[in-house]
Amino acid sequence: MKAISTENLTKYYGKARGIIDVSLDVEEGAILGFIGPNGAGKSTTIRTLLGLISPTRGSAKVLGLDCRKDRKEILRYVGYISPDTAFYSGMRVSEIIELSARLRKKDCSAEAKRLADRLELDTKRKVGELSLGNKKKVGIVCAMQHEPRLYILDEPTGGLDPIMQQQFFELIKEKNAAGATVLLSSHILSEVSKYCTHAAVIREGRLLAAKRLNELFESEAKHIVLKGVKAFEPLEGMQTLKKNGNEVSFIYMGGAKGLIGTLSKLDFEDITITEPDLDEAFMHYYTNEDDGNDGILS
Amino acid sequence: MTVFSLELKRGRLALIIWTAAIATMLAISILIYPEMKAQMDALGEMFSDMGSFSEAFGMDMVNFGEFKGYFATECGNVLGLGGALYAAILGIAVLSKEQKDRTADFLLTHPISRRRVCAEKLLAVYVQILILNLAVAVVSLFATLAIGERIDAKIFVLIFLAFFLMQIEIASIMFGLSAFISSSGIGIGIGVALLLYFLNIIANITEKTEFLKYITPFAYADSAAVASNARIEIKYLAVGAAFTVIALAAGFIKFDKKDI
Repeated sequence: MKAISTENLTKYYGKARGIIDVSLDVEEGAILGFIGPNGAGKSTTIRTLLGLISPTRGSAKVLGLDCRKDRKEILRYVGYISPDTAFYSGMRVSEIIELSARLRKKDCSAEAKRLADRLELDTKRKVGELSLGNKKKVGIVCAMQHEPRLYILDEPTGGLDPIMQQQFFELIKEKNAAGATVLLSSHILSEVSKYCTHAAVIREGRLLAAKRLNELFESEAKHIVLKGVKAFEPLEGMQTLKKNGNEVSFIYMGGAKGLIGTLSKLDFEDITITEPDLDEAFMHYYTNEDDGNDGILS
Repeated sequence: MTVFSLELKRGRLALIIWTAAIATMLAISILIYPEMKAQMDALGEMFSDMGSFSEAFGMDMVNFGEFKGYFATECGNVLGLGGALYAAILGIAVLSKEQKDRTADFLLTHPISRRRVCAEKLLAVYVQILILNLAVAVVSLFATLAIGERIDAKIFVLIFLAFFLMQIEIASIMFGLSAFISSSGIGIGIGVALLLYFLNIIANITEKTEFLKYITPFAYADSAAVASNARIEIKYLAVGAAFTVIALAAGFIKFDKKDI
């Protein structure tokens, strides 16, 4: 069974674009990094999956259940971390965590204590006094204490210090090892490349790619470094071009034959051809204005 | 009933302040009655003989020389307006504050249906209004006994019942509106409560504007009329009940489908 399956999921806010024809499948047990620039449609997709907003058209299923009809049932098995991390003011951390458990009609006190200890969260403090990072920790405990089957994490590490970020991902890895699926929406590419098994790239409301992480950029993209360049002008297929004196680096998209043809037009002394690192490859999806893809690559 | 108890807990301070303010003002009004009584014969005639002004506030219908008339008018001013404002502020914020404070994401990503959220929040609003009215009624009763006055039990109950029903109607209409807005809406709440209050005053002045009594719940909660007729005007109450049902239905349907 797919943990998440959307088909032509589309959302318009009046005339404003949210997402257009997003068809995304997430296998159970995967850790999917959901990446894209601000306003690309990540949160819109997530909010539709959680039943917070209704799609304009298309369908979405979570754990085999319909997002509109079975919202309550889905939320029983989902742990969600919101980018906002807003809680009821005046309440203590322990009261918020208990409230979350009561809303789930579940005694989660043992797991809540374990999580709070791992994250070094002082549960006696009032939420209004907490820093963003500590509020995030409260959100993490609320999202994890009921042992969900699916984690939907919308920019979960904002405000956490590097040690806590690591601790958080350790927890996620443990939950994933125990069988949970994870959808991680993030701007931080290193997070995705380090912890995710799959990645989906969304831009301007459309899903550009969704594959296993190692397959995603196993395309024709190559990282080229030319040294001793005498005369250079940008040619077709070059992306993320950087010039530093006589050294030029770029990502080439266009296959081996095309690459040889392009290189033959340039005058240089030395060349290195490697696989692009993930940051560079992701950046290609972020920044390419006209790649000819208006749908899913996979 | 987790949402219900959360609402009661969060509204506790406001409930205490509003109840204390209304009860104290009404108790003071009652406790100064013996001093005013001596001057009431002359004043009473004057109050009931000021033409449209007296009609506007229902003072033509009651005798100020009698405690019943005095109590009905004071109650109308203090509990009528104060209770209406409290009910309006409570109702307008009950759903919208979740979005304004950005806590809607937290609440609505738990396995609880939106209808259940609405129902528990609405019940909490009603219970808070009931607590306020019961507390004010008890304080009024003790203040009345303290000055050695008596008031017919039926009239006393009817006055408080009328105000309670009026506040329920106002809170329900505001609850319905609350589902449509994402800001706190307190300005809307206060504005609508005052508008309904003044509509009744205008409706009392001439027959031409009497139709307004079908719009404002202050018409059936006009304590001077309730005290002098010993009954609540059912025709106005029935229209109010219809407004209540429509507002609640609109609120439930809207909130169930609303994009958060």
